[in-house]
Amino acid sequence: MDALFSQLFAGLSLGSVLLLAALGLALTFGQMGVINMAHGEFIMAGAYTAFVLQLVIPDAGVSLLVALPVGFVVGGLLGLLLEVTLISRMYRRPLDTLLVTFGVALVLQQLARDIFGAPNVDVRAPAWLSGAVPFLGMNLPRTRLFILAIAILSVVVLSLVLKLTPLGRRIRATVQNRDLAETSGVSTRATDRLTFFVGSGIAGIAGVALTLLGSIGPTLGTNYIVDAFLVVVVGGIGQLKGAVIAAFSLGILQATFEYSTTASLAKVLVFVVIVAFLQVRPQGLVSVRTRSLA
Amino acid sequence: MTTHSLPQRTSRPRALVVSATAVAAMLALTACGSRTAAGDEGTAASSGGTSCVDTSGDTVKIGFLNSLSGTMAISEQTVRDSLDLAAEEINAAGGVLGKQLEIVAEDGASEPTVFAEKAEKLISSDCVAAVFGGWTSSSRKAMLPVFESQDSLLFYPVQYEGLEASPNIFYTGATTNQQIIPGMDYLAEQGKTKVFLVGSDYVFPRTANKIINAYAEANGIEIVGEEYAPLGHTDFATIVNKLGSSGADAVFNTLNGDSNVAFFKEYKNVGLTVDAVPVVSVSIAEEEVGGIGVENIVGQLTAWNYYQTVESAANDTFVAAFKEKYGEDRPTSDPMEAAYTSLYLWKGMVEKAESFDVAAIQEAADGVTFEAPEGTVTVNGDNHHIAKTAYIGEIAEDGLIYPVWESDGPIEPDPFLEGYDWAEGLS
Repeated sequence: MDALFSQLFAGLSLGSVLLLAALGLALTFGQMGVINMAHGEFIMAGAYTAFVLQLVIPDAGVSLLVALPVGFVVGGLLGLLLEVTLISRMYRRPLDTLLVTFGVALVLQQLARDIFGAPNVDVRAPAWLSGAVPFLGMNLPRTRLFILAIAILSVVVLSLVLKLTPLGRRIRATVQNRDLAETSGVSTRATDRLTFFVGSGIAGIAGVALTLLGSIGPTLGTNYIVDAFLVVVVGGIGQLKGAVIAAFSLGILQATFEYSTTASLAKVLVFVVIVAFLQVRPQGLVSVRTRSLA
Repeated sequence: MTTHSLPQRTSRPRALVVSATAVAAMLALTACGSRTAAGDEGTAASSGGTSCVDTSGDTVKIGFLNSLSGTMAISEQTVRDSLDLAAEEINAAGGVLGKQLEIVAEDGASEPTVFAEKAEKLISSDCVAAVFGGWTSSSRKAMLPVFESQDSLLFYPVQYEGLEASPNIFYTGATTNQQIIPGMDYLAEQGKTKVFLVGSDYVFPRTANKIINAYAEANGIEIVGEEYAPLGHTDFATIVNKLGSSGADAVFNTLNGDSNVAFFKEYKNVGLTVDAVPVVSVSIAEEEVGGIGVENIVGQLTAWNYYQTVESAANDTFVAAFKEKYGEDRPTSDPMEAAYTSLYLWKGMVEKAESFDVAAIQEAADGVTFEAPEGTVTVNGDNHHIAKTAYIGEIAEDGLIYPVWESDGPIEPDPFLEGYDWAEGLS
């Protein structure tokens, strides 16, 4: 019974990591149709932001809390730069965005290697995140609870922004019918840029959170990019709700398989489940109903 | 209008799904591709072993073949650095048989196939007298047929899983009875009886754990769990959960690379401690400690044949020379020391044979010794491994590893574990 609960928590925790990695992608890939292979490198940029801030601010707790917003801005600005210089020229050409952003990803990786060196670096966790919280006979690591909280908070804030703010309305309008939005006076160019800023910014936050789990290296992003795409595809293109359900389902599935088999086999089994699922529902868990012509 | 919108509405997400899945598959394939062992296509003999080594001039060529790009570059660059240092020292001291060493440097690019191709190039078009390098077992396995068919020599500097011996390879890193078995001996000495095995999912950890299982059965130790994570795996919640509930009183860790960081962070976060459940690692050296974060791993154990802190005159010289050449902040590690030593051992063999000829070197190899930084090492002419001292070290706050146990003198290499009754039937 203990094992069941701790595995459930392991699954939730894995799900929250997947969700953080995929949330920004759900916005840029899901809503805008841009296959951004450099999303993983924005995650990496967020992680290195946390590392740099730790060099500047000696208190690990303070630097982590500062790193979250700064990581958001760093990821966001990188995304904005990418959008303005390259992606804006190739909307509605998803395969071209794939190639271009894959190149950008390689450039960013090399850049990170040149700036920070090839060996991995480490971010110290603050004292208040070390150890575990006892809960129903289990030990829940504080870092994982913290990441879960960040993931939930990001989803809540993002969906509030999409639902309630003028920016959110403009994003939804542009996604559903770009031409009609344009005719109604929405600047779709500005909206695209802002959406990309927000989506990439969330990748930066994900990077900061991931420093609590593993080490930081130039290839940090490639570890997560495939899983992030899977979450968005399984969740259903264009839906935050889908991404949330998909991330936690895949996390729990992975943890369950891993407990009863091995880590390698669990990955294979999760892939098999995803392939089977996409046969039945190629559009993903939740699909957009839209009158869009685009 | 509606007739148009319908197919387009569904086709856009579908196109995205297809392309995203293709991307995922592509990435998965590239990731796997770099790990698969090389095929044998690069190994066909072309010149059938007629050596083209030119020893008529004042110089003799040798080849350095390490990954300077790709995933292994981080580790192999350090080996290249210490090889360069050794070559510089030997040249400054007058060379080998009066000839200056001329280095032909190549990049193995972390790909076994590239290692095989470059080895072929070094031997047959650069005509080097010997090649120094390689790190992963798959790179060595890919090069082995090249060196055998071309009848040339490879000096391989990294600890490995054993169960191999080629007349054309000299293994200057540890074989299993010089690293893994001492590691287990140490745990047994400390009264540990329930050991949990965690490793990366490829050849070295699986072979090592097969040996550990046999050892455990013969020595009254219970293996309470055996888990493998894919290379690059970073989520250890489940494995550490299994470890926590297994009742283990020690862990033998054969994880490689980044996974160690995630493993040790998780280990610490769930409240496991060095005192209750120490971890013995065989792939974490001084270079890696910084990347893992000292605070995550302080007090844990490693099994190697060399640490920067080993006390010997030869080591003082080596460490000082290395730091002078590459900077105070660069630590030295076991594979670096083994590579440095390999060049001096080759020099010793050449001077004993009084020839750069491969057959003469093989003939002369047995018993060649060198006062290495790790202590005295001696070449075993039968299996081409070397006798080495085993050290168990503890990782300290300063990021260095300090020996807490050492074997009674150098241990004779036994790559096929013929000297151990319990190891019968392995391989």
